[in-house]
This record gives sequence, C-alpha cells and structure tokens, in this order.
Amino acid sequence: MDFSLSEEQTLLKDSLERFIQNDYDFDTRRKVMAGEEGFSRENWKQFAELGWLAVPFAEEDGGIGGGAIELMIVMEQLGRGLVVEPYLATVILAGGALKYAGNEAQKGAYLGAIIEGSKMGALAFAEPQSRFNLADVATTATADGDGYVLSGHKAVVLGGPSADFFVVSARTSGGPRDADGITLFLVDGDAAGLSRRDYPTVDGLRASEVTLDGVKVGADAVLGTVGGGHAVLEQVIDEATLAVGAEAVGGMEVCYKDTVEYSKQRVQFGQPIGKFQVLQHRMVDMFMEYEQAKSMMYLAAMRLDEGYGAVAKKAVSGFKVQVGKSGRFVGQQAVQLHGGMGMTEELNIGHYFKRLTMIDTTFGNVDFHLKRYGAV
Amino acid sequence: MDLALTDADLAFQAEVREFINTYWPEDVRRARATSSRFEESRGHSPEVRRWIDALNERGWAVPNWPQEWGGTDWNPTQKYIWDKETAKAECPQLSAFGARMLAPVLYTWGTDAQKNEFLPKIREERMIWCQGYSEPGAGSDLAGLATRAVREGDEYVVNGTKLWTSGAHVADWMFCLVRTESGAKKQEGISFLLIDMKTPGITVNPVYILGGIHSVNEVELKDVRVPVENLVGEENKGWTYAKGLLTHERTGIAGVARSEVQLARLKRIAQETGMDGGSLWDDPAFRTRVTELEVDLEALSVTELRVLAQVAQGGAPGPESSILKIRGTEIGQAIAMMTIEAFGYYGMPYPEQTLIDNEGPIGNPYVMPTMKGMLYGRASSIFGGSNEIQKNIISKAVLGL
Repeated sequence: MDFSLSEEQTLLKDSLERFIQNDYDFDTRRKVMAGEEGFSRENWKQFAELGWLAVPFAEEDGGIGGGAIELMIVMEQLGRGLVVEPYLATVILAGGALKYAGNEAQKGAYLGAIIEGSKMGALAFAEPQSRFNLADVATTATADGDGYVLSGHKAVVLGGPSADFFVVSARTSGGPRDADGITLFLVDGDAAGLSRRDYPTVDGLRASEVTLDGVKVGADAVLGTVGGGHAVLEQVIDEATLAVGAEAVGGMEVCYKDTVEYSKQRVQFGQPIGKFQVLQHRMVDMFMEYEQAKSMMYLAAMRLDEGYGAVAKKAVSGFKVQVGKSGRFVGQQAVQLHGGMGMTEELNIGHYFKRLTMIDTTFGNVDFHLKRYGAV
Repeated sequence: MDLALTDADLAFQAEVREFINTYWPEDVRRARATSSRFEESRGHSPEVRRWIDALNERGWAVPNWPQEWGGTDWNPTQKYIWDKETAKAECPQLSAFGARMLAPVLYTWGTDAQKNEFLPKIREERMIWCQGYSEPGAGSDLAGLATRAVREGDEYVVNGTKLWTSGAHVADWMFCLVRTESGAKKQEGISFLLIDMKTPGITVNPVYILGGIHSVNEVELKDVRVPVENLVGEENKGWTYAKGLLTHERTGIAGVARSEVQLARLKRIAQETGMDGGSLWDDPAFRTRVTELEVDLEALSVTELRVLAQVAQGGAPGPESSILKIRGTEIGQAIAMMTIEAFGYYGMPYPEQTLIDNEGPIGNPYVMPTMKGMLYGRASSIFGGSNEIQKNIISKAVLGL
C-alpha cells in the first residue's frame, strides 16, 4: 500500500502547481473569461508545450501514457486554479472516446492534433430528456448509403463553442433507453446541418446546445463498433467523473484554507472570528469533508488504474457521492464564513462555490451515484 | 386551539382571491416568475404599478400598519389569509426597507412631521428606501459601526462608509445608523438618521455579487449634511430602534409563504423533468428529499403562526423570531439547491440577457430566475444578522446561557 506519488507524477504536479501559482491568479482568470472565447488560446498552447494535453494518451499515439492517477493530479490542480480552459471537454471527454474507441486512422487524425493543441473537441452525449442516463439517446443515426444521417438535439455540450469536432452519441438501433444500439460518431464542427447555440455557464465555462438536422457522415465517422457506443461512453464518463471530482477536491482545498486564513484576519466583537468555537468547529468539519473526499478520490483513481470493471465503477460512484456531499458543504460554508465578501464576484470564494455546486450535477448527482453504487 | 376558518374568513378569502385575479392575473404572474431580470431597477413595470395603486385604493397596501396610517382592521386570521394568498400568487410586495422595516420605527418613534412626510409616500411606493447599517468593519458586530455624525448648528455632518447596502443605487432615501457619541458601551452613542440620497457628498458604488447581480452597494458619505429634524427619536438611542426593526426584518426573512411557492414549483419542475422515460418526480430518492423539505417547512409554518399569534396579542415578535430566520433561510436555500439539482445539466447555462431576449431561454424557463435566486439566497443566512448571530440571540435571550 502506497499513497505517495512517483517521481514523474510529482514533476507533473509541480509543473501544474507552478502554472496556477505564477500564471493563473484570479485576476488573470477573470480577464480570460471576459474574452470572446471565455478562455485563453495562449494558455492552451502552453498546456500543449508542457505536455499536459498528452497526459492520458498512449505513447504510440504521441501521448505520455498516463492513467487515472495522472489525470487526477492534473485535474486537482486545475480545480485549485478554477481553470476555465476546456481540458475536460477536449482531452478527457472527446479525447477519451478516441482513446478507447478510435481506429488507427481516427487516432492519427485527431489525437496528435489534440496533443499539440491544434484541435479541440467536445463530447455530445446528454440530451434534454436524458438526465444522467447515458443510454437515453433519442438522437438518430439512419443508414444512408455507406454512411449515416444524424438528427437530434444534444444538450449542454461542454466546450461546444470551441470544438473543431464533436463525438456524438446517436441511436442506430434499439428502443429509447436500450444500452445496445448506441453508436458514437465523429462529426466536424462545420458539418452541414450542425448548428450550435453557444452560451456561458454559471460556473464560468462555455457550452452549446447542438442541433443535428440531417447531418451526413461517412462510414469512417463511426467511432468504435456500430451499436457498441454505450460501453465506451460509460468508461469515458467514469474517467471524467474522477476528473471533475478531483477538480472539486482541488477547489475544496482552496475553500477551506482561504476560509481559515480569512477567519484569522477578520475581526468582529474585538477578536478574529476564528476565535469563536462555533466557527472553529465548522472549519474543522470543512477540513474533514475535504479529507474524506480526497480519500475517495485516491481510491477511485487507483481502482480505475487497476482495470475497468465493477470494482472501478463502484469506486468512482462512491467518490462522486462523497464529492457531492463534501463539495456542497465546503462551498456553502466557505461563503457563509466569508460573510458578504463570500457573496461577491470580486472574491474567488463564490466562484468556487458555483463550480462545486455544478460539479454535483455533472455526470450524475448524489442520488444517481448512490443508486449506481448499490447496484454495481 | 382551532385551525378551522369561519364563514366570515372564507368570504374574506374569496374577496382577496378575486382582488388578486383582477389586479395580478395569471399571465402577469408567469411572465414575472420566469423573468431572468433580477437586478433592482428604478421604477416599476406598469403591471406592478397597477397592483400597488390598486392596493392603495382598496386600503390594503400596508395591512400591518396602525389604521390611522393606512393599516387594516384585519384580525390575525385575515392577515394570515392575505399573506398566504398574495404569496401563492407571487404578488409584488412594497419595498421592504420602507414598508416593513422603517415604517414601524417611524410610526412608533418618529415626529409628526416625519410621519406625515414619509409614511404616505412609503405606503404608495413613491419613495424608495435603503438601509445604511453594515460597514466594512461592522457586519455581524453591527454595533461596532464607525460612521460618525457630528452636530454643527442645525445639521449633522456625516462621514463614513456603508457596505452591502441593498438597493442604494435606486433609493431616494436611506435610514442610517451613525455614531454620535463615543460612549463607554458601543451600543450607546448610536443615532438613527434619515438621509436624502441626493444630498451632496454621497457616492454609491456597485458591488456585484455572484451571477453578476447588482443589488448591493458601497455607500460613501463625505461631509454629508443632514438637517437635525431628520433624527429619529432621541440622539444616541438609535440602537434601541434598530434592534426593534431587526426583529421585524427577521420575521420577514423567514419567507415561509415564499418557500411554499418555491416548493410547489420544485415539484412541478420535477414532474416536467424527464428521467428514464418517466419523470424525476418518480424517483423515490429525489421525492423523499423534497418531502423532507415539505415537512420541515410545515413545522416552520406552524412556528410562524405561533409567533404571529403572539404578536397579535400585543407587542413585537420576541427573540423567538430568530428561529424563523434560521430555519426559514435554511429551508429556502435547500429548496433552491434542490431545484437547481432538478434541472440536471440544464442548471448550468447562464446566457447573457440579450441572448435570452432574442432567442428565448435555454432549457426550462425557470432556470435563470432559480439560479439567480439560489445565488442571491446564499446571502439570506448572512444578512439581517447571520444565522450564527441568531443562535447567539436564542442562546442568550431565550435559553439564558
């Protein structure tokens, strides 16, 4: 049993920490978000140069062959910095689907471009009626000659506005919520019949409603096997769940530490508010929630690296349950203990609170993962 | 002990409902509830103006005020019916700072001139007020406020900074706590002043809160000259008046009726939200949590009735009103959070107002107003005396600890 990082993992963590520390302070983030794209292409280039975009990909595909633990390291740090660049959307979601289901030609066409930072992608899996059920796919893919015609509405596609390509789940056979019969397709962002309505999200990201209206794709657009998309989606989303959970753990760390610091500075009734026992215990609770979430994060990452199966799925769901509960508590109490300041746009705390709140409903909330944990 | 409504009560209820349906009809209600505009703005929409004018014509604008200033002769049950029905229909309320908070201070401690000048304008919502209480160094420790007023002839000269002042950017006047004497005890030496926001020396700076909402402000006061006739009650007794006012504020913050509306909406949203071919409302886990909130809310509702009944038998609400504030804000926040959760991924979109104006809402039309309400609602356990302070009040004043 060993909870320590290897030398390479420590180097990776250090490089992210340095970036967050030196190049991603809260004002810089604010400026980046105010830009048209809502993130910085310059930063993205730097991510590529630092090798972060290569983390989860195999060495033969130009990656560095990192696993779940490496993803966890990256996302925890990005969470500490509340980084808005679409790492999750491009590398983990779209990149993940390519990694697990892409053939040589597809990997060749996309993975290299993702790794060097020249292409961005998004995974269009959710639909207005689907909630967190990955098998609830109403978008249709109808055979048309050698290829397919796609039609449907994909909801809240993270990273949609900047996506050069989409990985789209569509139904090629089966009933409305059958796991079988879902196929993944690679669709170009400028494909005829694809339209997007782009918008910012409340937690500082960008997303799109993507409408597919008779989008024609060739047979080479099929990612993985026809009808076998669900298993790929599930694995990609589990990795992404670990990723947003790790992001939340990073956010919680900042929340509890900043709150402790603030409570030492803020004086009311003639003493720092951190001297009040009721607040001391609250901060102890925040700290414990953070530590519990971190434990479950380690478990989920290690289980995923042992191999994808029931044990890993259960660990991921357990982690997400813990993150949902801990993240809410820590985020809400960080705002509460900062008082009016915690409510402002100006201070970072409220922004962590928003992100933590939204992470709870990303890839399944507490109810969803409790049920899954019990069922696996 | 009796909860049943009499025939007279039922007749009154019918009268109230008819009035509401006439002046605040269903289509207006829905348009307002789904509006994503949250910022306080100057003036009212024609619909809101019409409602307030109708209230005044009917004599129902300020049911709780003394009758000589426009209050009603309603018994507690009628007041309860009024509150319930107007909340259910989400009728606009008069600005709380004037009608609910300042007015009781004025009709209790104000001079005749102050009553005559201000009460009618507050009742008709022709004068908007803000509350100059908190300061950068005086939040939970409100009595630690540092804004000073120095008497010079017939004027006070006020200097200081107020913070978290809701609606200062739209207010005509501010009621303000200022220090007039550095007494031995910090609660002594505070006075209650009425300040015209147009007075030279006042600068209002916006403080944007989560979600980019402009509701609160920083108000700088630099050599602001206030006529002595704008002092309420006695000099250095302001803390007593402010404390009385805060119990009123707390009772209002409980928002039981508002939470009932939000809870009913949450259920409807859950019924309209798809899940596994059925609706989210079919999910036992979700449903159980909503039901728990419903029971919590019912308990609070009865607690509120008990407080109101006590008030009806004479006097202001006691320190028990802190229960309403604590539980009311906790429940309100929990309902807002669960509603966001109900939206699932559709809780995330936060488009620019112009996009909504041009292309309509993304997902459920209640998303934006719910999100803004949820974000703003995090402040409810902080303002009006944070919930931690409320517990101090209960432990000291009720439990004698």
